[in-house]
Formats: sequence, C-alpha cells, structure tokens
Amino acid sequence: MLRIKRVPTVVSNYQKEETEDVARRGGGCGRNCLNKCCIQGAQLPLYAFKKLNKIVSDKGLAGHESGEPPVAFLDSLLLGEWEDRMQRGLFRYDVTACETKVIPGNHGFIAQLNEGRHLKKRPTEFRVDKVLQPFDGNKFNFTKVGQEEVLFQFEASDDGEVHFFPNAPVDVENSPSVVAINVSPIEYGHVLLVPRILECLPQKIDHDSFLLALHMAAEAGNPYFRLGFNSLGAFATINHLHFQAYYLAVPFPIEKAPAKKIATLDGGVKISKLLNYPVRGLVFEGGYTVEDLSNTVSDACICLQANNIPYNVLIADCGRRVFLLPQCYAEKQALGEVSAELLDTQVNPAVWEISGHMVLKRKKDYEEASEENAWRLLAEVSLSEARFEEVCALIFEAIEGVDNGKGYAAESSLEEPDVNPESLEEADAIKNSSRCNMVTGTQECIVMH
Amino acid sequence: MASQLLLIEQSFNSRYSVDVREALDEFSESFTITDPSISGHPIVFASRGFLKMSGYSKDEVIGQNGRAFQGPRTNRRSVMEIREAIREERPIQVNLLNYRKDGTPFWMLFHMSPVFCKKDGRVTHFVGVQVPISRKPRRSVSGIERSSVDLSEDGSRLRGDILFGSCRREVCSDTLVELGRVLAIESVLDSDSRGLDIEESCEASDVDKRRAATAINNILSVLTLHSELTGRLVCEKRCSLPEQSLLSSSLNISLGRIKQSFVLTDPHLADMPIVYASDAFLRLTGYARHEVLGFNCRFLSGVDTDSLTLNRIKESIRNEQACTVRILNYRKDKSSFWNFLHISPVRNASGKIAYFVGVQMEEGCKNQDGHGLSPEKRQLSAVGAVRVAVRSLSMGADPSKS
Repeated sequence: MLRIKRVPTVVSNYQKEETEDVARRGGGCGRNCLNKCCIQGAQLPLYAFKKLNKIVSDKGLAGHESGEPPVAFLDSLLLGEWEDRMQRGLFRYDVTACETKVIPGNHGFIAQLNEGRHLKKRPTEFRVDKVLQPFDGNKFNFTKVGQEEVLFQFEASDDGEVHFFPNAPVDVENSPSVVAINVSPIEYGHVLLVPRILECLPQKIDHDSFLLALHMAAEAGNPYFRLGFNSLGAFATINHLHFQAYYLAVPFPIEKAPAKKIATLDGGVKISKLLNYPVRGLVFEGGYTVEDLSNTVSDACICLQANNIPYNVLIADCGRRVFLLPQCYAEKQALGEVSAELLDTQVNPAVWEISGHMVLKRKKDYEEASEENAWRLLAEVSLSEARFEEVCALIFEAIEGVDNGKGYAAESSLEEPDVNPESLEEADAIKNSSRCNMVTGTQECIVMH
Repeated sequence: MASQLLLIEQSFNSRYSVDVREALDEFSESFTITDPSISGHPIVFASRGFLKMSGYSKDEVIGQNGRAFQGPRTNRRSVMEIREAIREERPIQVNLLNYRKDGTPFWMLFHMSPVFCKKDGRVTHFVGVQVPISRKPRRSVSGIERSSVDLSEDGSRLRGDILFGSCRREVCSDTLVELGRVLAIESVLDSDSRGLDIEESCEASDVDKRRAATAINNILSVLTLHSELTGRLVCEKRCSLPEQSLLSSSLNISLGRIKQSFVLTDPHLADMPIVYASDAFLRLTGYARHEVLGFNCRFLSGVDTDSLTLNRIKESIRNEQACTVRILNYRKDKSSFWNFLHISPVRNASGKIAYFVGVQMEEGCKNQDGHGLSPEKRQLSAVGAVRVAVRSLSMGADPSKS
C-alpha cells in the first residue's frame, strides 16, 4: 500500500478539528449542516440553468433575441454570494491580500504566496495507490458543512429557461447539487461544486456529474472562471465527489500550450496531445453537442479510474476545452523518488498547479519562483512518454469501445518520428519497474519485465 | 443604448478632426477601430472594406465587440492570444476564422495594434486589420504532411462547406515561431480517407503579412495626422509612461463590464480622487465622465447630507474596512436621493490596497421584482467583480505594472 503524508487542505470551517465541540444552536446537530438532522425545512437559493444542445459560442450579432437571464450566474450570483461570505468572515484568510505574480518567461506561470493555507493542521496520511475508494461517512464530507457555507443549489431547469429562486426549499428526495465556498481559497471566487450532495458519491467522475460541471463552466460564460477535478491519488484530499472552481483573469500556461490533433470522433469531438508543456496530457474540444464533449471526456476519465491511473481535469474556456492529465507524482513521492528539494516546497501538484498556477507556501520559493523551477516540478508530475502512450491507447480503446468501434475518423495516434521508442521504454522500465502494481491488465507489465 | 452611441461618436470625434472618416474611407482594406475605454470595448469605426467582407451594415457593426464575428469553429487559442494582446496593450498578428452575416466562415490574417495618446500614454483605440488569406496550392509530398499544430480549427464538419479565400491543410509553424516556440513536428497523416475531416488550419503568406502591416501603418498615419489638428495627439508607440492616476485599458475593459453604479478612488493620490466611474454612476448622478474623474466624491454631498455619516465613511477608509451607509446625495441638477452606499478597500496583486470601491444604490429604485438577487447581493457582486479585475490585471510579469 502506498501512502504519502501531507497537510490536508481545510475546505470547510467544520473540518478543522472534527472532535471540536461546536456550540449548539437551534435543532439538529447544532451545526445547521446538510445532514438529515438539520436539512428539514432548510432553504437555499436555487439557480436552474438552461440545458444547451449546441456547444456554447460567443453571442453573435444574431444572438440578441434571447432575453437577459434573471440573474447573471457568475457576475451577480456567484460573486455576490462569495463577497457576502467574505464580509461575514467565513474564510480563513483574505485571499486578495496574498501576493501573486506572473513569472517572467515564455509560458507565463503564475505564482501565489499563500502562507496561511496550510497553517494549524497536522500532516495526515493519504493512500495514493487507489483511485477508487468507497465513500466513508465517518470522514469529513460535504454533508457536514454548515449551510452558511453553501452559496446556492445548481440544477438543470425543467422548461429550458433560466430560473432563479432566492429561497428554495432543499428537496432532499431529489438530492440537489450545490455550490459551496472553499474556506481556504486559492483565488477570489473559489468554490466547490458538489453534485447530488446527499447521495454521498465518492470522488470519481461519472457522466452526469461531469456534464453538470461543463454546464457550470458554460453558465459562468467567462473564460477565466475554470473548473478543476483531482482524482484520488492525484491530490484530492476529500473522498466526496466535488469539482473546484475559481476566478482568475489571467490565461493559464496550459491553455497557451500548443497541441497536436490526434483524432476526431464521430460526435465531432477533437482530441489533441499537448506539446511543449511539462505535463503530458490530452485536450478535448468541439463536439456537436455539449453531451458529445462531456461523454467523451467522462469515458476517458472512467477508463483511467478503472485502470487505477490518477489524473487531473481542467475545464477551460467556458467548457469548450477540457484538459485531461494522468499523473504519477504522489506515487513517486510515496516511493521516495521525488527529490527532497521539491518535497520541501510542499507544493502539491493538483489540477491548478498542473495548469500553471503555483500556490507557494514559503516566501523564499515565491521570491525565487522561476519558469525553470515550475517546469522542473511539473516535469515530475508527468507520465513518461512511453507510459503516456500506453495510457492514451487505453483511453482510445475505451472511447472507441463505447462508440461501437466505428468511432474515430482515423488519423491514427502518431509518434514523433525522432523519438526512439525502444530506448525510452527501456529507460522508463528500469526507473519505474516498481510501478506496475498500479495497473492491472495493461501492456505496462509486459514492457516492464 | 443611445448614450452608448453618443460615447462612440465622441470617442472618434473628440480626438480626430472631422474629415478623418473620409480619409479612412479612402482605404479599400477591411479594418475596424475599437475603443477600450467604452463599456464592452465596442467597434467605433468600420471601414467600407470590412462591411463588404462581413456582409453587415454599418449600423449593425458599430457598437459591437469584435467577438461578435467569431463562430463555433473559430480557434479558441487564437481568440485567447488576441485577448492577451489587448490585455498587454501590444500588437498581434494571428490567423483567425471569422463569420459573415450569412453564416459563412472565412480565414483572415488579423493584425491588431494599439493607438496611444501621446500626452498621457494611455491606449485610446485599437486598430484591427483583416486581410483575407489567399488560397495557395499546397506543396504536398506524397502521403507525408506536416500536422497542424493546433492553430487549426476544431474537427467538426464545415458549415455549408463554403470557405471563401481559405486554404486547407496548411502549415502554421510561423505563428508558433512568433510565439517563441520552436517545434518541429512532422508526422505521417492518414490523408483524409473519409473526406469528412478537413484540416482547416490556414497560414498567411508573407505577402499577406506585409499587406496587413502596411495597412496598419497607413491607418496609423491617417489617425496621427488627424489628431494633430485637434491637438490630442496619438501615436503608434507609447511615448510617455501612463500617469499614475490612469487605469490600463485592460482594466478599463474589465470594469466596463460591471453594470452597477460604482466609482474607484485612489487613496494614494492627493484628496483621494475618482479614477474610474461606471456608466451607471454617470446615469445616476447626471455628470459626464470628465466632470468626475480626478475629483473627490464630496461633490455628491450637499446641505442636508449628514456629517456623522460622512465621518463614518472617513473612519472606515482610515481603518481600511468595508462599510455600508445610507447617505443623502445630490445629482448634478441639484435633486437629491438616498444612496445606500457600500465602500470597500480593493487590493492589487501585491496584496496592497490600491483603490476603494464605492457602489451606489438609489433607495426606492426597485429594478428587481423579487425574483432576482437582493439589491445588497448585487451590490456585493460589483465589489467582487472589481476585486477580480484589479487583482488579475495588476499581476503582469512586468514589475513596473504591478
């Protein structure tokens, strides 16, 4: 069993010390949480979005006939509720007081000095060699957060129009999806989307939940409001299904990286490979409908989960582009293969770091932040070329499979001709030989031995 | 909307002499001029060539954002590059797929350049030239092609299969070199066996690039010449560092999207003057922008304004804290209104207080029917949007900007 020790991020004020006594007020458990004890009669704002059939595009000249929605999702609702929680003092620190900068260089990595995020918490052990783990109601989960940390309920509307209800009852039977604050924000507007919160789903992607996340990105309608997902083993710390999101009006290096198209599926979804970026990954975009894109990415994620490959997902550009990055950092860390120098920075390379937004805990690291340092860290996160090709093959097999095999307009997945695959595989095989227990039934083990 | 059109008229008329439009209409090229200081960063001038190429009438184009001409197949990375160039106030040349009024897409080389005010170094306009990319025969080595490096389009089928002046399966390596990325990716492509998947990347030739650059230069000369006559000179290169009190054009663009009435004041300048005022603020108070920029907010107070309330505001500014008050304010026409005023410090990327934002809300002015967000939350949302804009736009790699 592989484990790493890390300081867990405190995302809720009810997570701090779970044994801590909280003053009782009102009925229920006294915390006014989302569990059975307190949820009866609870009311929360409800935003019902319009399900789009077409992939979103910027409103053209012809697009003006559709009336203004009752509430602008990002600019009014999310920011208004978030600022309200900020003024109520629910966050552990003022994130706008954290120094941040774009690191000089070609890629534009972003560094933030955040000394407060990991204070007052002891390192905890995390198992990193199992991407799928059952939900454990005894551990912290989002049903335990206080209702004041929940900003609103988020669901598809019944009649194809956007609706907003400032005070809607929480329909326990329908298991609402909610957007809650992250009390340790890494940027302004940092929230968590918890799909069907009362169903207590473990941290794994399914079709419906991923579609919901894509809809949230589309609803925000701002390319600088992105959603991210970390699987277990790829620096998720809470095993209760959630996506993160925040607002930072700067392009991320991963969004600027060039990519090479490797396939176009029947549904119009284009898949590319990232180039000239320290972490190897796939980019999914296009598709005739939002569902096309959503289903393809979900299938890919489900395949990675089934094969026990930790990964991160970034939903960018209003849901039009999705980056999928399998990673192996936590595993390397557990195996003692990460240099002490990198470990000392205590940077956990989750989806935001991989996208190029580095949250640094030590002033020294912030002041010395350079493109080279960021690159070196992220290079450790990436799978090797050979391993990445294997993982891509698994993904394509899965996508083709669900597409009944007639799937992808063959452009074939191509190797760069100047790479000598044999020598690379060999080198990786030696270095990574202990890693084959991560994956069952793939070529990995054949290559290794 | 009428006031927006007035601003657009003024954007041009106040800086250039009257015959500038005539002079610009001499050019056959397709180009637009936009004003980043107006909410929505709208087009304030469109050439005859642009109208012809896009199929829209002048009235349909003026006041629109350039985004309106993009479509589902416009490359998202290219759009991001343009956004970044605007943000950094620098020129850019990029291949872009735009759409005509009839929905047909066309490839063009988009060359955009900022126009600076000579006196204060501010960006007054952006000029964007669109050179249609001429279709060239491909040099194809049997079966072997360079793969496009994702300056191409997404892979879905073409709408109507009409591609005016477009080319297919071209190499985009130059653009990448421009981006400072040297990549040599060659691969064997299965050459489009099903005929469904058209590689729509497109490369402008050197001739196209020169045409675009020449057009930009000619337009800038005309603008410079006609600005001399008004005494409000513009230039191609930034001649002076922007005055401290001036907001960058990108911050102006971001703030311009916020619909509520608000002002930003700069506590680091003497007497804490207003450095930004939203359109809604001008509508609420009846002042013109130039009548409020550079002035302290006290012109909103009058004989019956409670001095205790004013003291509370001063106190919270001194303590760098947010506060909400109900205060009697006066419009330019001397009529008074009760203002639910929320004031909050706003920090820049270094975490230091850069501005105070004041969001006004007229009492009794119900613009919601109870189904929307409460007025208080709307007020707070403006504060949030200001925070994100100020923080994000002060974190450039250039330390002089932060």
